[in-house]
Amino acid sequence: MAGILKPKIGVFSFTGCEGCQLQVLNLENELLDLLERVEIVNFREALTGGTNDYAVALVEGSISTASDERELKEIRRNARLLIAIGACAHTTGLNGMRNGESAKLAWSRVYPDRAFDANVAEEVRPLCEVVDVDFTVPGCPIDRDELLRVLTVILAGGTPRPSTTPVCDECRRAGNECLLDDGRICFGALAPSGCRAVCTSYGESCAACRGHLPGAPVSELMALLEEKGIDREEIILRLGRFGSRERAVAALLEELFPGGRNAQEAAS
Amino acid sequence: MKKLEVDVHHLTRVEGHGNIKIRVADGVIEELKLEIVESPRFFESMLVGRYVDEVPHITSRICGICAVGHTTAACRAAEKALGFDPPPEVGALRRLLLDAEFIQSHILHGCFLALPDFFGVPSVLALAETMPDVVKTALRLKRLGNTICETLVGRHVHPVSMAVGGFTRWPSRDDFLHVKTMIEEAADDLEETVRLFEAIETPSFDSPAERIALRSEGERYELLEGVVTSSAGDSVAEDRFDRIIRETTLPHSTARHAHTERGSFAVGALSRYAVNHDRLLPEAALAAERLGLSPDTTNPFHNNEAQVVEAVQCAGEAVRLCDELAAARPPGRFKAVARRAGRGTAAVEVPRGTLYHGYELDGAGRIVGANCVIPTGQNQANIERDLHRLVGVLLERGEGDDAVRLGCEMLVRAYDPCISCSTHFLEVEFVD
Repeated sequence: MAGILKPKIGVFSFTGCEGCQLQVLNLENELLDLLERVEIVNFREALTGGTNDYAVALVEGSISTASDERELKEIRRNARLLIAIGACAHTTGLNGMRNGESAKLAWSRVYPDRAFDANVAEEVRPLCEVVDVDFTVPGCPIDRDELLRVLTVILAGGTPRPSTTPVCDECRRAGNECLLDDGRICFGALAPSGCRAVCTSYGESCAACRGHLPGAPVSELMALLEEKGIDREEIILRLGRFGSRERAVAALLEELFPGGRNAQEAAS
Repeated sequence: MKKLEVDVHHLTRVEGHGNIKIRVADGVIEELKLEIVESPRFFESMLVGRYVDEVPHITSRICGICAVGHTTAACRAAEKALGFDPPPEVGALRRLLLDAEFIQSHILHGCFLALPDFFGVPSVLALAETMPDVVKTALRLKRLGNTICETLVGRHVHPVSMAVGGFTRWPSRDDFLHVKTMIEEAADDLEETVRLFEAIETPSFDSPAERIALRSEGERYELLEGVVTSSAGDSVAEDRFDRIIRETTLPHSTARHAHTERGSFAVGALSRYAVNHDRLLPEAALAAERLGLSPDTTNPFHNNEAQVVEAVQCAGEAVRLCDELAAARPPGRFKAVARRAGRGTAAVEVPRGTLYHGYELDGAGRIVGANCVIPTGQNQANIERDLHRLVGVLLERGEGDDAVRLGCEMLVRAYDPCISCSTHFLEVEFVD
């Protein structure tokens, strides 16, 4: 990306809470320095009059409607590099919790007096199931410093490497007591590090919002938690909060809700 | 005769996706709507069947900007459903976090989203070149709100340790004193911000509205709890809000419209100021005076100034809370609240107005029904009514398309709509 001209960046948002693009603005101390090195040309939340002339697209949110899908494909055509930011873009994040239930049924609960909007897709998908994604900054929300690190490597022409060690490593280094020993559900063993184990450092268990490591020991952890007397249903529900797109979790959700959530209600 | 069309697709510098559509023929407004086109997220379907402990972590994801507000409302509503009354220190820390969120959100809106209009530039990025000191001041204040939350609850976007029953990590005395020092050091930046808005000319526009906000007994400028209080004289307990506020769905919006028996109403900084102005700290009351605010203002554009006043108010209140919390005995080790059946509704003031969460739980503590009433949804009918009036005024003045378009955009921005939030409401009727 070297050259005299500053690389042009667009920031885009699909279905989600917009917290990850807020994290871009939350780079308060570094934002003005960053603007010395790049030009932000499209950022609806912060800027009037965006253009389609950008080399790098930062995209947050899941794809949950037909128009989301069209717009994402257009962004892919315009951008040389497409970077997924945040859990919604990476794995559908929490949005995936609505999968396994008919979109029409979900709609009828929320808008009982309105006709179904055909724009709403049956299933929420992460970006990588719709277009090619070059890099991912995981997490719900993304970590500002990790975003900055990834951008710095990319602007220098390099390739960011995803983490291969679990959150447990960072958690131990932070000097925390293991929440599993305390009889709590914690998924630090499943998720890649890079978040500074902020949740466990603040007494909350890891929800694996950063996705699962390849070969994550889901069944081993399930067995350990069940041995401690934690209800299997509760563990599966918790795994499904962020992990519904992981194959091992999808199988467990199918065990809990054969035929999908509310299959009986949908059939009636 | 006058013909005019305004079609703003995906209004910029607001949170979420919205359109403004206005059609005027022969000088008559034939169509005017603020369309909410954010993709629906179906939070209620996702929540049903989940254990109550998870609810704050899930509903926080309704909105990244109001994450502390949603988390607080969810915790309070869940605690009411579980019949749990948290100790006063827990309430004090929640107030402190709301103060931090207000500072960060109001500065983001005032300086990043609204301000560019007043200088005729497309964004804060352009201001960074022409008025770097203004932007640096705003960035420092925004950082302040974020750093307070990072110190106390791990982060602002999706706070970590806020839980049903209290906090999974209680901050140390040093944390509170550190936060206090940071806020005190921001005094000059707040003064600069007041001065900046003093120098801005607010569009003159007259559109009286019914104003609703929480007000509590005692002397506090209330954010955390209280009685739902209307400038028209009504007041009702937070869990009975539906006695004065009714909601309907409309075809052009994935948010819900709200009204009282008198029609549309407004919530947010200007409404809180109208209802609670007698409770402002002296420094905030002075800021209000300098910015020309009056409790009976009829100009919705004054919401921008009211947000600046609240930034001053929240900083002052946060300092007092830090002292109180640093001196208080910390609550014991966090324990999850025992699960049981019940229902509870709580109201919390969030930057854009009064937010209501309500939950019904089964005997195992799982969600059976959920309801969430969002400030922007409450304001939408009032925004459209104000747009009607504003377009009428501008047409009378003989303004053209561009001026009408800009005026309408600025009016919608003044309300600081949070469109992501408004469409992510939860709506499952309670089963009786």
